Amino acid sequence: MALLDVKDLNVRFETPEGEIHAVNGVSFALEKGEALGIVGESGSGKSQLSFSILGLLAANGKASGSVEFEGREILNLSERELNKIRADRIAMVFQDPMTALNPYMRISDQMAEVLMLHKGLSKRDAVAEAAHMLDLVKIPDAKNRVRLFPHEFSGGMRQRVMIAMALLCKPDVLIADEPTTALDVTVQAQIMDLLGELRRELGMATVLITHDLGVVAGFCERAIVMYGGQVMEQSPVDPLFANPTHPYTRGLLGALPRLDAGNAMTPIRGNPPNMTGAPKGCPFCPRCDFAEEICAQDMPALTQFSEGRARACHRSIETIEEAAA
Amino acid sequence: MVIDETKMTSLAEATSREDVAGRSLWADARRRFFRNKAAIFGLGLLIFVVSFALFGNLLAAWNNSDIDYNVMGDATASAPSLANGHYFGADDLGRDLFARTVQGTQISLLVGVIGTLIAVSVGTVYGAISGYFGGRVDGFMMRLVDILLAIPYMFVLILLLVMYGRSIGMLFVGVGLISWLEMARIVRGQTLTLKNREYVEAARAIGVPAPTIIRRHILPNLVGVVVVFATLLVPLMILTESFISFLGLGVQEPQTSLGALISEGAGTMSYGTLWQLAFPLFFFVITLFGFYFVGDGLRDALDPKER
Amino acid sequence: MIVYILKRLAIAIPTLLTLIIASFVLMHVAPGGPFTAERAVPPEVLANLNAKYGLDQPLWRQIATYLWNVVAHFDFGPSFTYKDRSVNDIIAQGFPVTLTYGFLSFITAVLVGVSLGVTAAIKRNSWLDYLAVGISIGAQVLPNFVMAPILVLIFTLSLHWLPGGGWSFDDPRFWIMPVIALSTSYMASIARITRSSMLETLSSNHIRTARAKGLPKRKIILRHALKPALLPVISYLGPAFVSMITGSVIVDVYFTTGGIGKSFVDSALNRDYAVMMGITILLGTLTILFNLVVDIIYGWIDPKIRY
Repeated sequence: MALLDVKDLNVRFETPEGEIHAVNGVSFALEKGEALGIVGESGSGKSQLSFSILGLLAANGKASGSVEFEGREILNLSERELNKIRADRIAMVFQDPMTALNPYMRISDQMAEVLMLHKGLSKRDAVAEAAHMLDLVKIPDAKNRVRLFPHEFSGGMRQRVMIAMALLCKPDVLIADEPTTALDVTVQAQIMDLLGELRRELGMATVLITHDLGVVAGFCERAIVMYGGQVMEQSPVDPLFANPTHPYTRGLLGALPRLDAGNAMTPIRGNPPNMTGAPKGCPFCPRCDFAEEICAQDMPALTQFSEGRARACHRSIETIEEAAA
Repeated sequence: MVIDETKMTSLAEATSREDVAGRSLWADARRRFFRNKAAIFGLGLLIFVVSFALFGNLLAAWNNSDIDYNVMGDATASAPSLANGHYFGADDLGRDLFARTVQGTQISLLVGVIGTLIAVSVGTVYGAISGYFGGRVDGFMMRLVDILLAIPYMFVLILLLVMYGRSIGMLFVGVGLISWLEMARIVRGQTLTLKNREYVEAARAIGVPAPTIIRRHILPNLVGVVVVFATLLVPLMILTESFISFLGLGVQEPQTSLGALISEGAGTMSYGTLWQLAFPLFFFVITLFGFYFVGDGLRDALDPKER
Repeated sequence: MIVYILKRLAIAIPTLLTLIIASFVLMHVAPGGPFTAERAVPPEVLANLNAKYGLDQPLWRQIATYLWNVVAHFDFGPSFTYKDRSVNDIIAQGFPVTLTYGFLSFITAVLVGVSLGVTAAIKRNSWLDYLAVGISIGAQVLPNFVMAPILVLIFTLSLHWLPGGGWSFDDPRFWIMPVIALSTSYMASIARITRSSMLETLSSNHIRTARAKGLPKRKIILRHALKPALLPVISYLGPAFVSMITGSVIVDVYFTTGGIGKSFVDSALNRDYAVMMGITILLGTLTILFNLVVDIIYGWIDPKIRY
């Protein structure tokens, strides 16, 4: 049994402009201790996917399908029940450390309340434990700095605080939503190294949500490529990079700057799709070089084609590989 | 009844973002505005009030200063009646309340609009200069605004009216000059942002003089904020004028305004002449509603944020 | 924090001086002195009067004397109209009344407004929300001078429940209508501001973090959302205070409560500059002190400002 089993997950938002289908029938499983990457451009629905797992969608959002945690259905659970899981069993690190921390509260208070709530610690012990955790994420002088306000930290330091806060209860699953996007490149690497280290130490399963293929290559064992709220390709990381079988994955890799290849990077033409209304056909179709008539009509099913690898495309792997040669 | 500064700032940001192309911003805003039921309702109210002020006299059977001795001083006879031509009744001096209400609406609208024009022009120019030059000039100019904001202006305005005579011109200027401060603040903040845009820096680098830059590059970007602010300011001006007139310190007889009429109506309502309060109050209320709804609608159309 | 308070004080003091000097100069350059208004006075009597009130001294000297008396002795000098009364007497008589119902109105407006706004935001799109929004939109067009006659019409003329005017410190029935009339529109504004800023706060990222921590909703609202949601409300309190002080004039006039607002209007009609100035300066000081308190509260809540 997988630790976290997501089946046919859909997320929709009611807006004055119509219904937005942010996530459409996504399924995946996360094993104990595994690191899974979810890759996609902004607007591919990957963040909403992660919010829906813990019931954190905005008020106008609705999730349907199934999310099982240790065999127990947790999607659309009551707030009371969800609150027992949040932070304690499944924790989240958010994208923007500048706004994800409460600017009006001391770090000590923000961190201590998690431990007081889930572990029943006294305020004093909780603050001491918080300082210890800040130490673990390599914040210098943690004992004193735990009393500071978020704006007194730099961006990278704030993200470390965010991570420390998420790890306070030693959760089984950590969902990291673009943990490095808002940070400088050099700081990005430090944060990813830190996350990798902590993951190995604590043995927790991690879902890393990112638009950055490079980060996935270094951090994850398996990856899901999403586009327009749907899964395009799912595969262990190494073969995914070696032979991408989906036109979109190939496009993403082509858009990545490389030092070894002499050819210039080629951006994917067109813009991300409009997510209003029910999807029809493959969402990538308007931007795809391999598109045929059927692509605009039917969404191809996600089908397994080799051990641990699956793709959702009407065109055969051969056609796509031929074009590459 | 103060214009919400947070929302105005958010609007200012929304209307001058670089990725918002000028044309589509206004086209989108028009579409959103006409889908907003409250805004359309407000627009309807405003059209009604303005037509009443402009053309009401064509319908009136009496002149606003004529005294009808048949109904004067008689609470029953001065009730609204189609037969004697007093559609809204008459006041306790026997003057036709319909004609008086038309005149009161005219004057209130006039004070509101002219006061707003003064406030908005002074505020915009002041704010743009302060923000554009920055540094010490800005520090001094904004400190002055802070100081002026802390003064209970209504007392000063009454002081001015008492000292320099209660003319309508004084009222226009007085009402206008006390409300430019918030406008100046918002415009200044916006100018600070715009000033650092590349095209403004480029213009400065090739030696375009400051007034030209302000006129060509800064002011056009402020149109959205200024229009919304002005629409929301008119009802505040009307309120201020009515306040003063209610105390008997504003518009003087034989001229009148909605505030003065409400004051008269409130003074005589214990005699059972309720219409003397009701009709002016009705026009007062729908005028304010009209401006609020249109102003809010404009703002939401230009800054469509979920609230 | 101390530096911050000192900085705020450094703005408050010049503001106060500006207010005193500006109103003095305004008054001095006003056409017609206080004794030229009604009847013709023989020139020698006029000279005598001017000498008695110090009006024959050079302007700077008059200002200096006045400033010294005000700052050092809280002495606003003699009234120009009532020969036997000083400005201080007049203020001492009315101020406690104004202060009492003003304080009650302010507390009512803030408490009711904030609770209404928070409830509306939490129970968004429920009947409670619609009720709160409806009240706050309706109350926008019901300023004190409209509320006052409507209240009298209902509670005094129709129901005979409450006295239509007058004041007693011992009988709360005299307080009710002044407080409702004065507080309604501010209550509504505060509710509106609270609601929209609470909604904005609740959709902000750090609230999502708080939810991800597994905190119960009540704790999220009280510990994480209330402070930031109240910041716009707190910055509104300054302007609201000024405008409520202004509104007290209407209450004093309409309900004959005997507060200083009535003295102000009377002195305005009598051109009693000394009383007008005394009251303006007193209320200005109060406003400035209040703004100081607001700034300190703001700094206490928002750690970014404090340092």
